Amino acid sequence: MSLTLTAMSDSKVTSGQQQWSGSGQTPRPARGPYISVITNRTTNLLIRGAMLFSVGVFLALVLNLLQVQRNVTLFPPDVISSIFSSAWWVPPCCGTASALIGLLYPCIDSRLGEPHKFKREWSSVMRCVAVFVGINHASAKVDFANNVQLSLTLAALSIGLWWTFDRSRSGFGLGVSIALLATLATQLLVYNGVFQYTSPDFLYIRSWLPCIFFAGVITMGNIGRQLALYEYKFIQEKSHQD
Amino acid sequence: MTLREQLREKISAAFYRHGLLCASYPVPIILFTSASILTCCYPLLRLPLPGTGPVEFTTGVRDYSVPSHEPQGDLGERPDWYRGPPVAYIQQVLVKAAVSPWDSSLVPVDVFRSPLGRAFSLLEEIRNHVYSDSSGIRSLESLCLQVTDLFPGLRRMQSVLPEHGCLLVSPGNYWQNQQELFDSDPDLLKTIQKHEPKGLHTSATLRDLLFGVPGKYTGVSHYNRKRVVTYTITVVLSSYDAGFLGSLRSRLKQLHPSANCSLRDDHMVHVHFKEEIGIAELIPLVTTYIILFAYIYFSTRKIDMVKSKWGLALAAVVTVLSSLLMSVGLCTLFGLTPTLNGGEIFPYLVVVIGLENVLVLTKSVVSTPVDLEVKLRIAQGLSNESWSIMKNMATELCIILIGYFTLVPAIQEFCLFAVVGLVSDFFLQMFFFTTVLSIDIRRMELADLNRRLPAEAGLPPPKPGPLRTREVPPPPRPSPHTITLQTPAFRNLRLPKRLRVVYFLARTRLAQRIIMVGTVIWIGILVYTDPAGIRTYLAAQVSEQSPLGDPGGGGLPPHLGVAPVFRGGDPTSTLSIHPAPDPTPLPENQSQGHHGSARAGPLPQAPPAVPQITWGAEDEEGWRRLSFRHWPSLFSYYNITLAKRYISILPVIPVTVHLSPQEAIETRHPQDTRHPPPPIPKVAADLQTDLTLYKVAALGLAAGVLLVLLLFCLYRVLCPRNYGQNGVPHGRRRRGDLPCDDYGYSPPVSEISPLLLRGHSMDIECLASDGMLLASCCLAGQIRVWDAQTGDCLTVIPNHGLNSVSLSGSGGAAAVSECLGSEAGGSSVTADGLSEEEGYPLRRRTAPARPTLFTDQPDLTPLIDTNFTSQPPSHLSTPPRDGFDFGGLVERAYMEHEPPSPSTYPAPSSRASTAGTQATPDWESSVWAMELRGNLIAAGRSSGKLELWDAVEGSLRCSNEDGVSGITALAFLNNRIVAARLNGSLDFFTVEINKPLCLLQYRGAPGRGSMPPSPCYSSEDVISCQLTRSVQCAHQKPITVLRAAAGRVVTGSQDHTVRIYRLEDSCCLFTLQGHSGGITSIYIDQTMVLASGGQDGAICLWDVLTGSRVSHVYGHRGDVTSLVCTTSCVISSGLDDLICIWDRSTGIKLYSIQQEVGCGASLGVISESLLVTGGQGCVSFWDLNFGDLLQTVYLGQSSDGQGVRQLLVLDNAAIVCDFGSELSLVYVPSVLEKLD
Repeated sequence: MSLTLTAMSDSKVTSGQQQWSGSGQTPRPARGPYISVITNRTTNLLIRGAMLFSVGVFLALVLNLLQVQRNVTLFPPDVISSIFSSAWWVPPCCGTASALIGLLYPCIDSRLGEPHKFKREWSSVMRCVAVFVGINHASAKVDFANNVQLSLTLAALSIGLWWTFDRSRSGFGLGVSIALLATLATQLLVYNGVFQYTSPDFLYIRSWLPCIFFAGVITMGNIGRQLALYEYKFIQEKSHQD
Repeated sequence: MTLREQLREKISAAFYRHGLLCASYPVPIILFTSASILTCCYPLLRLPLPGTGPVEFTTGVRDYSVPSHEPQGDLGERPDWYRGPPVAYIQQVLVKAAVSPWDSSLVPVDVFRSPLGRAFSLLEEIRNHVYSDSSGIRSLESLCLQVTDLFPGLRRMQSVLPEHGCLLVSPGNYWQNQQELFDSDPDLLKTIQKHEPKGLHTSATLRDLLFGVPGKYTGVSHYNRKRVVTYTITVVLSSYDAGFLGSLRSRLKQLHPSANCSLRDDHMVHVHFKEEIGIAELIPLVTTYIILFAYIYFSTRKIDMVKSKWGLALAAVVTVLSSLLMSVGLCTLFGLTPTLNGGEIFPYLVVVIGLENVLVLTKSVVSTPVDLEVKLRIAQGLSNESWSIMKNMATELCIILIGYFTLVPAIQEFCLFAVVGLVSDFFLQMFFFTTVLSIDIRRMELADLNRRLPAEAGLPPPKPGPLRTREVPPPPRPSPHTITLQTPAFRNLRLPKRLRVVYFLARTRLAQRIIMVGTVIWIGILVYTDPAGIRTYLAAQVSEQSPLGDPGGGGLPPHLGVAPVFRGGDPTSTLSIHPAPDPTPLPENQSQGHHGSARAGPLPQAPPAVPQITWGAEDEEGWRRLSFRHWPSLFSYYNITLAKRYISILPVIPVTVHLSPQEAIETRHPQDTRHPPPPIPKVAADLQTDLTLYKVAALGLAAGVLLVLLLFCLYRVLCPRNYGQNGVPHGRRRRGDLPCDDYGYSPPVSEISPLLLRGHSMDIECLASDGMLLASCCLAGQIRVWDAQTGDCLTVIPNHGLNSVSLSGSGGAAAVSECLGSEAGGSSVTADGLSEEEGYPLRRRTAPARPTLFTDQPDLTPLIDTNFTSQPPSHLSTPPRDGFDFGGLVERAYMEHEPPSPSTYPAPSSRASTAGTQATPDWESSVWAMELRGNLIAAGRSSGKLELWDAVEGSLRCSNEDGVSGITALAFLNNRIVAARLNGSLDFFTVEINKPLCLLQYRGAPGRGSMPPSPCYSSEDVISCQLTRSVQCAHQKPITVLRAAAGRVVTGSQDHTVRIYRLEDSCCLFTLQGHSGGITSIYIDQTMVLASGGQDGAICLWDVLTGSRVSHVYGHRGDVTSLVCTTSCVISSGLDDLICIWDRSTGIKLYSIQQEVGCGASLGVISESLLVTGGQGCVSFWDLNFGDLLQTVYLGQSSDGQGVRQLLVLDNAAIVCDFGSELSLVYVPSVLEKLD
């Protein structure tokens, strides 16, 4: 269980989504310094992307730390090195992936024309993040009898997460597809020997990895939607004013 | 009806009843809930406190047997961790060695070289000890804990710690347990120091590990006054063999007897270690807690519309936390000991249980109709949300049940806790939180009630006393209600919010107190339970006071005066190599070989006052003085964790070694003498510790500075300087607001009660005051004069002209005709054709139109109902939206009014005024403007007539009928009266009195500089009023505002201009142009400051002397309705319900206050920093410095419909405002004090 969910999702998954993020933003007339920042869609997108990226990096680091077996180091010789115990490319990959996912979700919502209305509050988002961390915690710390049990439990938990905080079909579909893609990419990476798992039970990886990916995608999408809500609200307000 | 609906209905009904119950008996229910919480938490007392270090348990040595794994019932106080064999048994041999007698020829190195050298022989002795009995031969090799490998990564320890075989630790490990290395080591201290880690280490260091006693007790240094070296040889055993240990003990004791050593050796201590939490594990934990707090923050932020937001948030958190505690307590009670790390799963439990229900409940209850009873509101709110609450709870229970069937023990345990937590949370929500909510709502209602009470109580006017006339107003301050105003200190210095938080904290010292109490309790617990803490200290004290040994002869060293000391030369402590076998029950065993090569000779002749070896109670359990991480770290070097396990520490074996000086000299290394112990080492050592201290201090200082800087940055980031901007923090003036801080802090209060002046039968139109007297005129034409101090009605000038008949058609005046009863009877004329115009008076009634000091508005209402159906086309141009389109209104009224002649109306039976004068009152026209100076009331009538009345006697003194156009505004200054007429002309009158002013009778204090003292006229004087000049067409359009001060008369008109006239010669000085709309308000005061506001929302400041525009700002959307200036700022209110405060010199907007929609626009400034505004049935006091609402004084019950349209600030810091048919006199006592 050493290098696990840090590859929460992976850069290859999201490389295909690059093109939309750079498309069609028309800068609006500046009003005030702050307002214009909010109004300017490109800037707004950048801010959101940066926030999501940092959240992703942070979660990757913390969750990787969770995987460090307990009692291995009673005298932590170097905390810094244990934080960055995974490869250097893992946190940036997670950050990029989460940024893209977080931007993708509201975009899909608006394209489909069904804005997500279910539990759109920060407290709910916080709850979602906490549950996600809890799922990781469980996967890292709880001793399960066998891997099937572990995978089934985590799958149930992930589905529960989606049901509790998302409940949108688009979210589910996106989550599943991204999770599958990420798993595939991880398989490829492991196959090529970039890294490996200590005890793989599903081809080259752990079988619970898709569940973690799914939960992560749902969480990041939740955060991204919440962030996008600010822009949405502002645009609405402005249209009211106009 | 489906089953689901039935169920739903039943649940709803049950919740409704429950809500009623909770709201009806809040106190018993809260008591009951608290009791049940405490009961459920009671089992938690047995759980160990976190953070108190390892736990100990002491058993006797003699009947010791390894505890079994199964819990054997309840064995007294045996802790539950005391099961199975320990990780290891620790046998310490405590060696105290000294060279005695001390010789002056010895160098300081001798203090520890030869005593340390003795460790090797002792080690040899211990290693080679064998014990044989019937079961066979046992040696240390068979019993000790065999270690295999050092933990990888501890390269530097490799040379020192044993890597194979027995875990036997002694100072000899520094020299690989080889005497030769030791002997050839030129500098022992350097060898020891070499292995010390750099930097600051609080936990066990290598030196502590090897010596087995804390570094400062070892005595291994050049600077050792006692010249006693203490160290231990620590033997770690894997199994317990009483025989072997006993024989080892007696053997060592026999070899090195410790005379008079009364250490107890019948107790062994088992030490249980808690789980270790490394930083690597702490970071995820901290992250989860941060997420948890963010969740709680975002959740409780949503609580709104309640009396005490913080209180409810606290209650919500308490609900969740205590439900968790209850669940743990209940689980413990039923024998489910928590094996999970509580701190780790706690955040997840909170998240699972959640705060949602609490918030949903609050929102639901708050959104019920406010006018219901509290009980019903709670019950309704509960029953509204009952279905969703039950549904959510069922869902969560289902999910948890699924989790329970994963059959993973950890998850099962979590689920069990979560289920119990959910149920107890539901219980607490239903009982605790609902009740707290009901109390909160009730408090809010009480606050409301308090405010409503005055009106109810004041509604029945006090019965007029027999001595008073019917019009006598109630005696001063009859209202039972009190309305509070903050103390002057707080009122005058209104603080920004963050300062108020700080002040609140500082005032109550809440945080400090809580932290202090908590810290004291925590420290107390820690100190008491700490192994090296107060218990041991107390025990040591007690044992010290009971003399342990013979104090011996008189040679007690002064520094050991109290401690039981023992001199080396004492006969009982004679060291003897002779067997002198004690009658021990154990079989005697001999060590194989190595028979004391270094045995010291007996030293019976040791002189007194030499190094003393003493054994005290503190030696008995010397390991207590070590860091509690000592044993875990020792074991962790061999990758053995002590977390959640225990070790047994056997009683120490005391060994006393006395060495002769000759021996010390023999073992001396050649270099020892070459390095004579200069005082430098000591200094160096001191310097080193000092340096460390300094480093720590510097680090701490730097950290502190950094923290302060960080906090400062945070403060700058979080607190922008735009507080008060646009009235966001305090904009809405709800009825629920109390005059207290947002933080519940209400300073000591002084009371204000508005004085209601009753007597008018209809709405008051004109209001005038000169500080002492107060004149008011109502729609009915009745003029009343009041004493501004007491509120007594002095004079009534009734209107007997019955022109009220013309009012009966007006909807707004329907009540009037009722009041006036029969007189209004037959002659009412309905004017159906004018029905669309009824909107105007009504609108005007509700609109916050009047400026504060604008008391001379014409009374337009009666005009509406004239019989004239022919309407001038001009009114069509009036935009319908502006209730403030004052000019248009006036204009139209003027157009309507002009045609009628007095003959239209039946001339009323003339009623002679009490003082028969030369003038006849004009009864049929209404008073449009009124001014009061001295005791003369100037009243301008709609017929264009100007009348002067005696305010005291109520007699008409003179009248002037020079103009025919209605007087819309009047200014009365000195002996001049300026009247503005509807047709835009301006008339200047001079009041002439045939007798000089009686200057002796100045009444009242002079104003705040705005008005010259008003002379009074005696009733004998003959007063005449002559038109001195009439400026025709002063403006192109009707004059809307007229102000006079400082010898200037300023008029504002619909034609967008302002004109300034000199009062003396009626000469027009300037025509000020700059507004792009009609002028709606003007302010001028004694200091020649002129401000004007127009319909364009602009405010202009002018220089009266030069006629130039000083500044021009746009502040309002819509008309500026009122303007007031203080010495530093300009205050304006507008149709957009915004009050803006501008800096007077720069014209920059300081801040603005958003008021309720439709609240009055009247303004007044009481003092430099106190602003008063009129609202719907209330007046509000604001602090000008910060724009904070200080207080709202409600004038009466029927307040909601009627706004305060006119507001006068009297000189004695009282406020007069009209309020329907009543006047309200509000004293602001604190300001009075200040003025005095």
